[in-house]
Amino acid sequence: MELKKGLPTRDAYGEAIVELGLANPNIYVVDCDIGKSCKTVEFIKQLPDQHINVGIAEQNGCGVAAGLATCGKIPFVTTYAVFGSMRMLEQIRQEVCYPNLNVKIACSHGGFTPANDGASHQGIEDLGLLRTIPNMTVIAPADFASTKKLVKAAAEYYGPVYLRFTRDAVPFIYEADETFEIGKAKMLYDGKDITLISNGDVLSLCVRAREELEKLGYSVRLLDMHTIKPIDREAIESAIADTRGIVTVEDHTILNGLGSAVSDIVAEVGGCRVRRIGIQDQFGESAPYERLLAKNGITLEGIVKAVKELVG
Amino acid sequence: MSDSSNENRKISFLTEKARELRTTILTMIHTAQSGHPGGSLSAADIMAVLYFDELKIDPANPGWEDRDRFVLSKGHVCPVLYSCLALRGYFPYETIHTLRKEGSILQGHPDMKRCPGVDISTGSLGQGLSTAVGMAIAGKRDGRDYRVFCLVGDGESQEGQIWEAVQTAVKYQLDNLVIFVDNNRLQNDNTCDIVMPTGDLAKKFEAFGCETSRINGHSITEIVKALDSIRGKKVQKPFCIVANTVKGQGVSFMENVVAWHGMAPNDAQFAQALAEIEGGR
Ligand SMILES: Cc1ncc(C[n+]2csc(CCOP(=O)(O)OP(=O)(O)O)c2C)c(N)n1
Ligand SMILES: [Mg+2]
Repeated sequence: MELKKGLPTRDAYGEAIVELGLANPNIYVVDCDIGKSCKTVEFIKQLPDQHINVGIAEQNGCGVAAGLATCGKIPFVTTYAVFGSMRMLEQIRQEVCYPNLNVKIACSHGGFTPANDGASHQGIEDLGLLRTIPNMTVIAPADFASTKKLVKAAAEYYGPVYLRFTRDAVPFIYEADETFEIGKAKMLYDGKDITLISNGDVLSLCVRAREELEKLGYSVRLLDMHTIKPIDREAIESAIADTRGIVTVEDHTILNGLGSAVSDIVAEVGGCRVRRIGIQDQFGESAPYERLLAKNGITLEGIVKAVKELVG
Repeated sequence: MSDSSNENRKISFLTEKARELRTTILTMIHTAQSGHPGGSLSAADIMAVLYFDELKIDPANPGWEDRDRFVLSKGHVCPVLYSCLALRGYFPYETIHTLRKEGSILQGHPDMKRCPGVDISTGSLGQGLSTAVGMAIAGKRDGRDYRVFCLVGDGESQEGQIWEAVQTAVKYQLDNLVIFVDNNRLQNDNTCDIVMPTGDLAKKFEAFGCETSRINGHSITEIVKALDSIRGKKVQKPFCIVANTVKGQGVSFMENVVAWHGMAPNDAQFAQALAEIEGGR
């Protein structure tokens, strides 16, 4: 597959939320003074009556959204992954997940994508934190087209959803007419030797790694596990049955993220080994995105090496 | 009948309801042998006026879209809320004996998914007011004329999120929001002054931009008057009523005693407490 130069997935969120808001007056955006960077500016312009800006007060923003949801609104609390997953985590638990309210937490700046911002702005623990809360659905789309589709799917689904977007451009992977279902992995390629499971901004890396592996003679299945909760158990069971090992690749700490979610299932089902490629339980820093990934072994070579070790 | 005798009848009716609330609170906490009596009793008079006079609600239709909302931001005092809901007929009165029991609609802290009449789940302090703000914004945007009432603890006001919520209420000119502060001067570990001085809360709410008043939170007349004076008022500001109260009010040995924040009475204490409350008739 020839990967075309792409766009940040936060841009896709910005487009999707306007389309949703125009179609449904109950769609609200709750901003926390980073609407400009999270791409809600067009929403504010076109739909001011469906917009609230609580200022730099994320915990309150989450609570306001919960109150709106009890009155039939579908609020998207919009901020960065670091703040949306940690500053307001207990508010999400108490006022959104426990009462199972229809609130969406929409976060840009996922993983290492805000590379030069440094560690304070790199949300590398978010998916794992949110995954542990009952009633929460957790989604990390990989490109522009899938983000638009999954934001819309989140709006149609009743219940709490956490969505993670990229600050920086990621390649286009899907066509605009591709369909996506929450909780259902996408198989980009089928194969017999190894299964690569990835999501978010590093899925494109896996597309390239697969090509490399095929050249080396491996038959590679590639899954886009855009929803890490609920995880697509069936897709993992098939991978165990049909291929000889699983390598997960994520722009997230290897603790409790995609690799852990996949391993949860593999540990129960048995029959295959897993290698987790991800952030090695350490903080990032201000550096180019590729450098940050490389420091954690999240590279084409790293993936090839893991596959060789796993299946020979 | 003259207006003043009508008013007197209302005051004695509400006084009686407050007494029934106190009896119910103590009964459920005694049965459960667990719960928070102090802050339930300090809020009983305010809650009596809200649930038996002020709130536009329909116990037969708890989800009515135009109803007034009530948010118990200090969720640990749910015995007073459950007592109001029981006495208003949201569920059978006997349900009070299931407080904190497995499978009960009366969870240790309010659960909107289980208990009819609970507008939002609370229990983690500092968060309820934000949800009340969300409800009030929705009411304004939808052109509905319901109001949102929220009860906040004085200790609870140490949470920064309370002030984030007040800022938002002021920015969005929520004159459909009424914040009650149960200013009983005690919290979990000790007095507020020792744990973390809150300063003059009325001045703080005023300074943040609320239309603020101070009342005696155990004078039914003052509570009714405070609510009369703001009903229908379009001031483009949220209202705040700082109610000076006594934690444990109505039971002599509980009044102003920190330990009764979260302790259940034994049989003898329960008997004495009921006698004092009934004796005041
Ligand atoms: C965030 C949070 N921290 C701590 C507690 C434990 N806690 C329950 S009640 C209470 C004291 C509350 O004091 P106040 O708000 O003054 O309530 P009241 O005196 O009316 O009971 C504390 C610390 C809690 N429920 N939530
Ligand atoms: Mg107190």
